[in-house]
Amino acid sequence: MLEKTGIPTSDEIEEVSPSKKRLKSGPVAIAECFRQIPCDPCYHSCTAGAFAKFEDINNKPNIDHDKCTGCGVCISNCPGLAIFVVDYNYTEKKGLVKIPYEYLPLPKEGDEVVGLDRQGKEVCKATVEKVEDGENKDKTFVIWLLVPKDKVMDVRNMKVGE
Amino acid sequence: MMIYADVLVIGGGPAGLSSAITTAEKGAEVVLVERDDTLGGQLVKQTHMFFGSKNEFAGSRGINIAEDLRKKVNENDNIKVFLNSTAQGYYDDGIVGISHHERFKKIKAKKIIVATGASEKMLPFPNNDLPGVYGAGAVQTLMNVYGIVPGENVLMIGAGNIGLIVSYQLLQAGVNLVGIVEADSEIGGYLVHASKIRRAGVPIYTEHTIQEAKGKSNVEKAVICELNDNWEEIPGTEKELEVDTICLAVGLKPISDILIQADCEMAYAPQLGGDVAVRDENLQTTIEEIYVAGDSAGIEEATAAMLEGELAGLSALMDLGISKKISKKQRRKTKENLASLRRGPVGRKIREGLKITKEGNDAGKNRYTHIR
Repeated sequence: MLEKTGIPTSDEIEEVSPSKKRLKSGPVAIAECFRQIPCDPCYHSCTAGAFAKFEDINNKPNIDHDKCTGCGVCISNCPGLAIFVVDYNYTEKKGLVKIPYEYLPLPKEGDEVVGLDRQGKEVCKATVEKVEDGENKDKTFVIWLLVPKDKVMDVRNMKVGE
Repeated sequence: MMIYADVLVIGGGPAGLSSAITTAEKGAEVVLVERDDTLGGQLVKQTHMFFGSKNEFAGSRGINIAEDLRKKVNENDNIKVFLNSTAQGYYDDGIVGISHHERFKKIKAKKIIVATGASEKMLPFPNNDLPGVYGAGAVQTLMNVYGIVPGENVLMIGAGNIGLIVSYQLLQAGVNLVGIVEADSEIGGYLVHASKIRRAGVPIYTEHTIQEAKGKSNVEKAVICELNDNWEEIPGTEKELEVDTICLAVGLKPISDILIQADCEMAYAPQLGGDVAVRDENLQTTIEEIYVAGDSAGIEEATAAMLEGELAGLSALMDLGISKKISKKQRRKTKENLASLRRGPVGRKIREGLKITKEGNDAGKNRYTHIR
């Protein structure tokens, strides 16, 4: 499936996801990097020691979700833009998804945007909670999206509403 | 006038720049010849972040790497740069002729590193000569060097890394990308690139091909269809797409002309894009003073090209007797880095191709006998 369409299967997503318990206990990074490629900046960027050491540069990222603080420094360091941070209990009513973003126009804080899934399908409305400046991060911005709690594992992109 | 040098580097892309810097930093007198009016080769269009090891530019954007290397070259007094210059030929007495501002100049170097890069492959289909059919390299140049979008509605052909990366850049430029067509049953490039494009809503049509382009004076439509397991078109599956631009990213082939003309033994390695020079593990060809590096040695990623440039440079230094001990140590490390880059599943094809370049084969050897 992934090899044919670019869309990972639910099993593949399950495999890299934190436990339900961990998901509910604070922000956590998810590396949706499913196949071996020679690449290791995520490991080097992590200050919490949550990424397992790359014994071989072709290893896949392996995050110890209990060590991960969800700081999100890895998001803009991933050349594949494949790392996301989710925070199921960000507020009482809403969850949070942090996504890497390299398009213009950039959304502004407070904007209502459309949350897209891994196929680019619209899944829900989302509110831009924060725009992490990418100018000092080699131009990869990180957008914080407030989404319904049950959509934190679905929203992986956004589009500025028409 | 004869220009003398320890090392002549032909090509100012990632491999050539690395060779020039590596050799000049150790004190060699280097001449660097580049066809274009700027140094950097394809790096000057690569706005995406590179993969690879943190130690070798991973996470940096290609355009910034180009800037970095260019600065190093310009600051080094041991490197003499000839821009707008094409290497024309290699003569039996080891002299290379170049055209420079419409003048012919002769360079006599003790060692020559060929880092001439690659050219794009073409795809045959009806009306592929209509305006609006572009190579991916041209689209990148238009957009990322000159700030011009190629069209409004684009169809990408080829889901290798170049097809995927240029697709992403088209989306970033605000162009409507209608889809990506790939004849193979699987996406060839890195899947993280593919997922990035897919979640922007762009379909990737694997096991599909372009049947024809339609239009009077420029591309107005593209007809695509499904392929069966034997790569034959399946009648009745045709789909017409409204596009004004068709972008071809169907592979690269090494630019080997000067190696062939110099009579280096060639080998045919389809895994590396075509005819490449037979060489040893230190990138020395069958002509003692000629080394090869980068895409002209076989199509690979830019990180590998830079490492090969370094490796060829270090080999040239050792053979020249410059900083022999340090170079030897550094060369071992460079080889290890290259090997680890190629170790994984995406390096499998490269590893197969490299086997051929060590042993040679008749397909490559006999192809050019008529030239001699």
